[in-house]
Amino acid sequence: MLLPRLALGLLASIGRSTLELLRGTGRVAMFAAVTISHLVRPPWYPTELLHQLLRIGYFSLPVVGLTALFTGGALALQIYAGGARFNAETVVPSIVAIGIVRELGPVLGGLMVAGRVSSSIAAELGTMRVTEQIDALTTLSTNPVKFLILPRVLAAVIAMPVLVGVGDVIGVFGGYLVGTERLGFQSTTYILNTIDFLQVTDVTSGLVKAAVFGFILSIIGCYFGYHSGRGARGVGQATTNAVVTASILILAANYLLTEAFF
Amino acid sequence: MVAVPKIELVDLHKSFGNNAVLTGINLRVMPGESLVIIGGSGTGKSVTLKCILGIERQDRGGVLIDGRDSTTIDRRAFLRSFGMLFQGAALFDSMLVWQNVAFRHLHARRPMKRTAARELAISKLSRVGLSAETADLFPAELSGGMQKRVGLARAIATDPSVIFFDEPTAGLDPIMAGVINDLIRELVSEMGATAITITHDMTTVDRVADHVAMLHGGQVRWTGPVADMTTATDPWLDQFINGRATGPIETLR
Repeated sequence: MLLPRLALGLLASIGRSTLELLRGTGRVAMFAAVTISHLVRPPWYPTELLHQLLRIGYFSLPVVGLTALFTGGALALQIYAGGARFNAETVVPSIVAIGIVRELGPVLGGLMVAGRVSSSIAAELGTMRVTEQIDALTTLSTNPVKFLILPRVLAAVIAMPVLVGVGDVIGVFGGYLVGTERLGFQSTTYILNTIDFLQVTDVTSGLVKAAVFGFILSIIGCYFGYHSGRGARGVGQATTNAVVTASILILAANYLLTEAFF
Repeated sequence: MVAVPKIELVDLHKSFGNNAVLTGINLRVMPGESLVIIGGSGTGKSVTLKCILGIERQDRGGVLIDGRDSTTIDRRAFLRSFGMLFQGAALFDSMLVWQNVAFRHLHARRPMKRTAARELAISKLSRVGLSAETADLFPAELSGGMQKRVGLARAIATDPSVIFFDEPTAGLDPIMAGVINDLIRELVSEMGATAITITHDMTTVDRVADHVAMLHGGQVRWTGPVADMTTATDPWLDQFINGRATGPIETLR
């Protein structure tokens, strides 16, 4: 008697969670659709866009650059150690470049920017919601989605490929530093091996991923901030939800995009 | 000819989940009139304002602006002739004070030049008793009373014909509350604007109101000219304006 009841309770719980997940997905999709629809409907706020490009793009450079530098260096060491088992140490430059450009650059860059930007967007918009600044925008004849959401999303979609592009160069340079200073590679050989094996599609696939991740981390930050609950707890919850959801979605989207580019 | 109310609420209903906040509000505000809405916390005063503004959508009933259904009017045009002072002032903390005051002018379809917008903001700030030096500060650098004044300057920046004041004296000391009340009265009279103020503060009612409406249980419990309020026999109104703990309005002790 107890067992069927437990099983039924478990099923009901799974059902409730699934429905809630679907409802949430629908709400985010609608929010994203409404945001995109404002792209073709004036007025636009170019000053806000520039401001957000600076905040999301320029100020994220140190985070993305340092992540790429250390990742490139660590990757060179790992590939050298792994390659040595097959007497294939010479693959280090090409594998470091391909690994950084196709996978680690966009994914780690996306996750780092999600941590930095999604949280800050969610906290900022959440605070604006709680202190009625978003309602004030409406009373000042300004559509909050146009003024707050669209510039942030556009800025992230534009800035992420640039950030990842710069991160790719720094990551490869990290591998080069370790390769030449620690593993005994000749500078010219390392550079030639990097260039010879790298294809244009490796770079473009990484940049496309970056743009998609930029969209994900910004729209999720905006969604949770815009719909933040009341008080400090509500804003804190919105910030946590934004970072966790954006990170998971970035990893899921990365798999789907990798399948698409495979 | 019968005058058309500037704002009219007809059988307004609004619920949040199972919580019915408005259960049939009927109210008229004539052009140039200053209506003050009073009532306990959670009686739906703010929700009523948000329904008029379209920030919240009512479940049933209608909002008429100049006799026309608010869903059929040009909402942008209505908002252009509208100003609002929020309870916490709701200033944009990433912008300077003058940019807050001149927000509408800076972000209009045809934006005003920054120098002209700044001058206009300074003239509005001076109207609410703030010096030009305040213009280049951030809202966080101001006291609560000064923030309220900046909010007031922003509300009147476009010389609106309708102004809402949400708890204009909440959190202020009695002297600053008096200053804000006097400013509201002066500005509303000077501009000939239609005003709706929601408050718990009976001093605000005395100084600002032409008419008073008391909300209770999601409905208008009493409405009339401010002069009639003290002689009214409604027990709910009597308990509220005299601040009695005992009476028909339930209180938690």
